[in-house]
Amino acid sequence: MKSFVPVCTVVLFIFGFWYLAAIWLNAPWAYDKATRAGVELTTSELVADTWSQEKPKLPAPHQVAVEIWNTTVEKNITSKRSLIYHSWITLSATLLGFVLGTGLGILLAVGIVYNRVMDRSVMPWVITSQTIPILALAPMIIVVLNAVGISGLLPKAMISMYLSFFPVVVGMVKGLRSPEVMQLDQMRTWNASASQTFWRLRLPASMPFLFASLKVGVAASLVGAIVGELPTGAVAGLGARLLAGSYYGQTIQIWSALIMAAALAALLVSLVGIVQRVTLKRMGMV
Amino acid sequence: MGWIVFAMVAWIIGWGLNIWLSRQPPTGPVRLAMPIIFGLTLIAIWEGVVRGFDVSSVLLPAPSAIGVRFAASGAILWEDFVQTVIKGALTGYVIGCGSAFLTALVIDRFPFFRRGLLPVGNFVAALPVVGMAPILVMWFGFDWQSKAAVVVIMVFFPMLVNTVQGLQASNAMQRDLMQTYAATPQQTLLKLRLPMAMPFVFNGLKIATTLALIGAIVAEFFGSPIRGMGFRISTSVGQLALDLVWAEIVVAALVGSAAYGAVALIERAVTFWHPSQRART
Repeated sequence: MKSFVPVCTVVLFIFGFWYLAAIWLNAPWAYDKATRAGVELTTSELVADTWSQEKPKLPAPHQVAVEIWNTTVEKNITSKRSLIYHSWITLSATLLGFVLGTGLGILLAVGIVYNRVMDRSVMPWVITSQTIPILALAPMIIVVLNAVGISGLLPKAMISMYLSFFPVVVGMVKGLRSPEVMQLDQMRTWNASASQTFWRLRLPASMPFLFASLKVGVAASLVGAIVGELPTGAVAGLGARLLAGSYYGQTIQIWSALIMAAALAALLVSLVGIVQRVTLKRMGMV
Repeated sequence: MGWIVFAMVAWIIGWGLNIWLSRQPPTGPVRLAMPIIFGLTLIAIWEGVVRGFDVSSVLLPAPSAIGVRFAASGAILWEDFVQTVIKGALTGYVIGCGSAFLTALVIDRFPFFRRGLLPVGNFVAALPVVGMAPILVMWFGFDWQSKAAVVVIMVFFPMLVNTVQGLQASNAMQRDLMQTYAATPQQTLLKLRLPMAMPFVFNGLKIATTLALIGAIVAEFFGSPIRGMGFRISTSVGQLALDLVWAEIVVAALVGSAAYGAVALIERAVTFWHPSQRART
C-alpha cells in the first residue's frame, strides 16, 4: 500500500505523456487538413482534432478505450469483429501451449536431476537454447505443420510450448536440487525410497522455483501465441488483429489489440501469482 | 535402409559413449565433450532419419543440405546479418540499455519515483512488447530504424528494473561505512553502489541480448526492405526454401550464443569479486 500513490503518479504521468505525444504526432495531419480546407486552426481546435482523428499516428487513450468498449461489450461474442472472440483464440493457444510446455519441462527436469548422463549432455543445450532467438522459428513451424495437415490451434500452441518450456526446465532443475544435503541425509536415515524422497522432499521444495518460472513461462507463451498468428496470414486472434491493423493502417485497432494482449498477460501472470500464494500458504512455505 | 541403420548406430554409439563418459571423473574435457557428443548424435540421427525415410526437404531438410546452403549463400546471409543484427539489433541494444541505465541512475535519486516505477516496470517487462512492432514500423518506416526502435522498447524495461534493483543491493552497513569516510553521494555511487549493482546490470544485459535479436527479427515480419533475417525467413518459408530458413536460424543461433557469451565474458572480468564468479574457478 506504501507504493500505491507513487504507482498512481507514474501511471498518470504516462497517460499525460501519451496525450501530449498524440498532439505532437498527429499535428502534421491536422495542419495538412486545415491548409487544404483553407482554415486556420486555433490551439484548442488543433488539440481536439489530434485527439479524435480516424486514423491517427498515435490514438489518444480514450479513443482506444472506446474502441475496446465497442469491440468487447457492444459486439456479440461470436462475432468476428469482437475482441473477446480474438482474445479467446489467442488465449486457448496460449493455455494449451503453456500446459504442454510446463508438463514437458517438469518431466525433462526430473530426468536431468535423476540421470547423470542427461544432466551433463542435455543441460548445457537447454541453457544455450535460452540465448537463441527461438521466435525466428515461428513461421517455419506453422508452415511445416500446415504441410503435414495440422493447422489451427496446435501449431500456435507448439510455439507457446517451446517458449514456456525452457524457463520451466531451468527453474525446476534448480528447485529439485534445492534440498540441502542434510535434508537428503535425513530422508536416508528414515530409509526413504527414491520415489518417497522425490514426492515428499524434492517436489515440495521445488515449488517456489516452479512458480517463479511459471510466471515467466506464461508471459512467454502469450508472446509465442501472438507471434504464431502472424505468418498464418491474419485469420483470427490478437496477432492477426495486429497484422490486419498494420496492413490497413487501422492504428486504433492495433492499439486496442495491444492493450487487450497486455491485459491478458497481466491477468495470466496474476492468476499464476494467486495460485502461487494459495499453494505456498497451504504448504506453509510463506 | 542403410541410412536408418546409420541413425540407429549413431544413436547407440553416442548414447554409449556418453554413459561411459558420465562414469569418468568430471574433469574439464569430459564436461565439454558430453554435450558436444549429444549434439553430434542428434545431428547424425536427424541426417539418417531424413535420408532414410526420404522426408521431403519442404518439411525438414537434412543437416548436410543446410550446411551446403549455409556455405553457398554466404553473401545473402552476410547482408541479412548486417541489416538485422548490426543495424537493427545492435543499435537498439546500445540505445535501449544505455538510456535505461541512465534513467535508472536518475530514478535512484528520487525514492518516490523508484517506488512507483518498479511495479510499473515489472508489469511492462511481462507484457508482449513485441506487439508494438507494427506501430513502430508505421512511425519509423520499413528500414532498420524501426527495428532499432522495437529493440529499444523491448530491452528498456528489463534493463531499467534490473539496474534500479541493483542500485539497492548495498546494505545499510556498507552505506554507513561510506558515510563515516565522509564520501560524497557521487563517491558512494561510483565506489560502492555501482560496483554492487554490476551483477544485476549484467543480468539485465544478458536478458536484453536475446530480446534484442527477437525484437529485430520479429519486427521484420511486419514490413522490411528486401533484406534482413526476419524478412528472409518469412519469404523463404513462403517459397518453401526451408534450407535457407534453417541457414538463417543457424546464423541467429550463432549470433545469439556469441552475444550472450561476450556479455558473460565481460561480466566475469567486471564482477570477478562476486561469489558466483569465484566459485567457478
